[in-house]
Amino acid sequence: MTDVNAPQVNTDVKKKFMFVNRKAPYGTIYALEALEVVLISAAFEQDVSLAFLDDGVYQLMKGQDTIGIGMKNFSPTYRALGDYDVTKLYVERESLDERGLKPEVLMEITYEDENEDFAQKPSVHFVSRSELTEIMAQQDVLLNF
Amino acid sequence: MKFGILVNEGPYTHQASDSAYQFTKAALEKGHEIFRVFFYNDGVNNGSRLTVPPQDDRNLQKAWTDLAQKHKLDLVVCIAAAQRRGILDEGEAKRHGKDANNIAPGFRISGLGQLVEAGIVADRLVVFGD
Repeated sequence: MTDVNAPQVNTDVKKKFMFVNRKAPYGTIYALEALEVVLISAAFEQDVSLAFLDDGVYQLMKGQDTIGIGMKNFSPTYRALGDYDVTKLYVERESLDERGLKPEVLMEITYEDENEDFAQKPSVHFVSRSELTEIMAQQDVLLNF
Repeated sequence: MKFGILVNEGPYTHQASDSAYQFTKAALEKGHEIFRVFFYNDGVNNGSRLTVPPQDDRNLQKAWTDLAQKHKLDLVVCIAAAQRRGILDEGEAKRHGKDANNIAPGFRISGLGQLVEAGIVADRLVVFGD
């Protein structure tokens, strides 16, 4: 099979891509297929970030166990995002509060900062709804899933 | 302006494909450029030529195909999303040992890189989804 995902465009252009995740990880395919686009856009060396709001915050829950529903547990992929230089994951505080969730219930996701001797740094940033609005306003491309 | 269009829902259940079609048509009539229309998630089902909607209803696949032929539109169906949902062209059907293909005229199957490229190249990527 030909590598249909290989970058074919001039990647000198670097745009800010934000993937807005609004839905629970299982129940619909949106979270999984969003993650597939995230990985491809990282391969194009774009400035990629992810936002988690509404039920999307459940995508980052610790200890996901999908055996009972017969689906693949793809949550480890979020922890590998740092290897693809995807290091900005914004979680909306209000969405956590509305669901009675504390930040501790989410996975710890880190990346190695190559500019600081590969120090482990957190990829997840907790932001308010108004802060997220500002971050969204700075993006070139917003993809909602 | 140069637009990229992303359609994330299938025909008829959601209005996303109708809205995307109307937007694309209107943009072209106003003289804008549509760099590409990309179909993802259940949106890939817009590219099946086997849909048979009632005669007194709109035929979305035909509408897209006609628009593509009139304006030389690039209609791209995501290969990974399409394979999951049984949307195949001749080559993919053969590769996977299937006895038929169903891709509609004017549509082609390719990778997600085509969506990212649309995001990079277009002035605006407009997403139609749930």
